[in-house]
Amino acid sequence: MIRLDRVSKRYPGGHEALTELSLEIPRGSFTFITGHSGAGKSTLLKLIALLERPTRGQVLVDGCNIARLPRRRIPAHRRRIGMIFQDHRLLHDRTVFDNVALPLVIAGADPREIPRRVRAALDRVGLLGQERARPITLSSGEQQRVGIARAVVNRPDLLLADEPTGNLDPDLSREIMHLFERFHARGTTILIATHDLALVRELRHPVIRLQHGRLVERDAA
Amino acid sequence: MKHATGTGHGGRRLTPPLAWLHHHLHTLLDTLGRLSHTPLPTLMTCAVVGVALALPTVMLTLVHNLQRLGGAWQAGVGYTLFLDPGLPDDKAARLAERLRHWPELAAVRFLDRAAARRDFERLSGFHDALEALDENPFPPVILVTPADPDPAPERGEALRRRLAALPGVDLAQFDLQWVRRFRALMAILERGVWAVGCLLGLAVLFVVGNTIRLEIGNRREEIEVTRLIGATEGFVRRPFLYMGFWYGVVGGLLAGLLEEVLILWLAPPVAHLARLYGSDFRLQGMGPAALLALLATGAVLGWGGAWLAVGRHLRRSDPLA
Ligand SMILES: Nc1ncnc2c1ncn2[C@@H]1O[C@H](COP(=O)(O)OP(=O)(O)O)[C@@H](O)[C@H]1O
Ligand SMILES: [Mg+2]
Repeated sequence: MIRLDRVSKRYPGGHEALTELSLEIPRGSFTFITGHSGAGKSTLLKLIALLERPTRGQVLVDGCNIARLPRRRIPAHRRRIGMIFQDHRLLHDRTVFDNVALPLVIAGADPREIPRRVRAALDRVGLLGQERARPITLSSGEQQRVGIARAVVNRPDLLLADEPTGNLDPDLSREIMHLFERFHARGTTILIATHDLALVRELRHPVIRLQHGRLVERDAA
Repeated sequence: MKHATGTGHGGRRLTPPLAWLHHHLHTLLDTLGRLSHTPLPTLMTCAVVGVALALPTVMLTLVHNLQRLGGAWQAGVGYTLFLDPGLPDDKAARLAERLRHWPELAAVRFLDRAAARRDFERLSGFHDALEALDENPFPPVILVTPADPDPAPERGEALRRRLAALPGVDLAQFDLQWVRRFRALMAILERGVWAVGCLLGLAVLFVVGNTIRLEIGNRREEIEVTRLIGATEGFVRRPFLYMGFWYGVVGGLLAGLLEEVLILWLAPPVAHLARLYGSDFRLQGMGPAALLALLATGAVLGWGGAWLAVGRHLRRSDPLA
């Protein structure tokens, strides 16, 4: 589903975050990306979600080189992917319901269908009772689950999560990971950047290990 | 997961035109709701826009009233041909008859010597003084009205020269020349008002643009997040454009209101003055068509100002843009 072909990413300022990276992620897989802080995990996810463009090389999603996608097609590409951010990126002046509904509104979903689909997504992350709450009144774990509900409400085939358990205690982290496994069981391709090595070992999924922007290990688990 | 399919997937979506309409309508009302949550700053901006639009509106309405006044005087504008005092009345009448065939003249009225005298007596009241004269001192007169009610000055003068050069014509005189000068002055004034209007329109553009720029600053987080999860530039831009639209429309409405109040306030003394001159002239407000044009102008300026602010920001809001 995803193939990187000798991809390099150099940020303005000269720092090369990824160097000649080649890898493949099959459809329906559950893959971890690990590595030290600054190894390039976030950059890799951003390239796939087209939040950044590679400096060199090809990023193929479903056989289409998104590195060359024209500007006006970028939003449509982003909408096909569910993205979860470490800092949640929720809107704090809106209710949980409105936050989760946002991707549907952006995609022009039938307004009569939005409440049902938002509740379905909230139900799957166990937050059905919190529709009217403001994100700020929720715990960090709950906020992360709102972020996950927002990412899955459009039922994307690909979920990208950047350190989704970064701020959570081990129990909450495990809970979140199990949530991803449930989406995986329904056929969604999952790609999670994390440095929680204990949890990675426990869950036994394939691992891509990055070091200074290079692939150092591909462990098929 | 195919790449050609555009917006999201999974689940039903409205057919494109319906979804588009729904989204626009929703944004329009949503924006209005958002503005009404902060009534004071919103009204301040609308008031600034309103005053800026009211100034040229009021001036234009007054100029149009003056032009209407000039139009009422226009009816009397023409030429008076004083014929040679020695010209017999029958020859003078034949000259008048010939003039009736000129296509550039709309009306020709002939006054023989006796009629010219009666006219003068009637208009001046010098009946007794004239009685004292043995002879009628008045030459025969032909009054002509040109077909073109408002000719260019050089064309009007050319016609006057041609009339003056006719055999038997002693003097050809422009009547109410000052009415034309007044109309020419009004035309200049109207242009001046438009120029002032354009400058104030520019001011509206910048006022709305600046307000929208601040609003964008307040909602930076929201813009970034919606961009990250796949909002198009249009989607991000729309609420700000509608906000500019509302500022412009409400400002236009305020300007219309100010103008009407001012006209109502000026109307009684103007009517009184007109009555002293024996005229039934009345000040008129701008009317529904002009009000619509004013609202449309406000809407376009507000929209444009928002566009300027949002366009600049959008280009910087996305790392890929
Ligand atoms: N927007 C940016 N501008 C400049 N340098 C960046 C930017 N984002 C990341 N980097 C640099 O690129 C490298 C990789 O960053 P990142 O992909 O965030 O690593 P990780 O997520 O593995 O911690 C780091 O050295 C980081 O400083
Ligand atoms: Mg990171």
